[in-house]
Amino acid sequence: MIAHSVFFYIFSLIAIVSAVMVTVSKNTVHSVFFLILDFISISCLFIMIGAEFLGMIMLIVYVGAVAVLFLFVVMMLNVAEQKGQWFSSRWDGGTHIPVGLLVSLIIFFELIIVIGGWKYKPDLLNSLSINISTEVTNTRSIGNVLYTDYILLFQISGMILLVAMIGAIVLTYRERVGVKRQSYVKQISRERDEGVDLVEAERNKGVKIDA
Amino acid sequence: MDSYFLILFTEVYKIIFLLVPVLVSVAMIVWLDRRVWAFVQKRRGPNVVGPFGLFQSLADALKYIFKEIIIPASSNKLVFVLAPVVTMTLALISWAVIPFGEDFVLADINVGILYLFAVSSLGVYGIIMGGWASNSKYPFLGAIRSAAQMVSYEVSIGVIIINVLLCVGSLNLSDIVMAQQNLWFVIPLFPMFVIFFISALAETNRPPFDLPEAEAELVAGYQTEYSGMMYAMFWLGEYANILLMCAMGSVLFLGGWLSPIDIFPFNAIPGPFWLIFKILFLFILFALVKATVPRYRYDQLMKLGWKIFLPFSLFYVVLTSSFLLYFDLLPGK
Repeated sequence: MIAHSVFFYIFSLIAIVSAVMVTVSKNTVHSVFFLILDFISISCLFIMIGAEFLGMIMLIVYVGAVAVLFLFVVMMLNVAEQKGQWFSSRWDGGTHIPVGLLVSLIIFFELIIVIGGWKYKPDLLNSLSINISTEVTNTRSIGNVLYTDYILLFQISGMILLVAMIGAIVLTYRERVGVKRQSYVKQISRERDEGVDLVEAERNKGVKIDA
Repeated sequence: MDSYFLILFTEVYKIIFLLVPVLVSVAMIVWLDRRVWAFVQKRRGPNVVGPFGLFQSLADALKYIFKEIIIPASSNKLVFVLAPVVTMTLALISWAVIPFGEDFVLADINVGILYLFAVSSLGVYGIIMGGWASNSKYPFLGAIRSAAQMVSYEVSIGVIIINVLLCVGSLNLSDIVMAQQNLWFVIPLFPMFVIFFISALAETNRPPFDLPEAEAELVAGYQTEYSGMMYAMFWLGEYANILLMCAMGSVLFLGGWLSPIDIFPFNAIPGPFWLIFKILFLFILFALVKATVPRYRYDQLMKLGWKIFLPFSLFYVVLTSSFLLYFDLLPGK
């Protein structure tokens, strides 16, 4: 068990340090890199407690897709410049900072509640002693619960994600007029007769092209 | 305490036993790639160093080692140095779960295919880090292109993997191979195999999808500012990834280490050799595509990924699952 706990402490140390670095580092791109490191070490912790499916899904979804989009946005927007704007005197709106304060207050109280959860740890450990079968892989056992008892919640969360996706597309979609688009079918099915017109040109008169 | 060290030493020994052949074959595969490419174009290709030019990659590697590493003054130095390391490491760690034969695998984990998928989706970070840290226009554009491209094609690869998993009922790679004992998945899932192959080309930034390093537009994309051994590490990582994609394709669709027919002259050849043959076959296909197909335009690439591959593979998931359900072939109870 010594090796196990050593690895646990290494991963949790990395997770905590990188979580702190996400908020502390001045460069926003570095913050995202630390966030990625945090995600990776947390998925390692998941794997260590035997939840390998969750750990891998964490890697695929958060590190493989979400964090890439974070990086994308952070690199494209000039966040550092905007941050300077928010705190400078010439910035006149007053809406961002109060909202930010409110959200961070809520998160702070949530954190306190989570820490309070330690008090109930003994009860939790007792309830954990229900039979955990080591023979069924945890992918299968998650599937067994997710698609039977919680199928409605699962479907509803899928629907919410779908609605959010459609909403994002609708909000950003702008129909542009006058854009020339290619159609492969049209290009390939073009015949010689449509493209080439052989005309007998008369001398000194030329050919008149009717548009 | 002794047992810990024993386990540690045997594991390290196994890892070295796996990594050295992978690295050597990466070097050889570069030579093969160039030879096939030259063959298609009626050139000779590298044929001077060693017999048939076999040691060309070795000579190239030596050249890279002795070249100077230049770190641009305005670059983000730590990230700049980390990027090729990340690429190389991610390309090599995925080999841990590839089964070369029955019980001939470094880590036989339950979620092997998810691990492969996760690690290959991490591969984009090496490129983004390199492109961003170079602090230059061309690498940055290459990195952004690569990020969009890899995220897009990851989606269709994920859906294709779901197709295979429906037929297997397990995420373990050895189970996936053993499920193909009677019929390789390339036969019932042939359209998925084709889409997997094309997506693998896009995922590894191979031509015709090598837009992140399109030399006509972006010099060398994300590798523009890299030199010497750091460039070589990007290059090695890229080829290790290509080999890995070939291995993934042969495990998922071509029956991994299994012989094509279970009769004497074929099943006498040990499993690892069959896997190597299949990887080589897929790699030669990769090389032929590189030699014959012109580069895609970026909007065509995106259109292919999102508007053609994704709907089609989703449709195929529905088809496969309804087929399995109707004929009561669903695996695993």
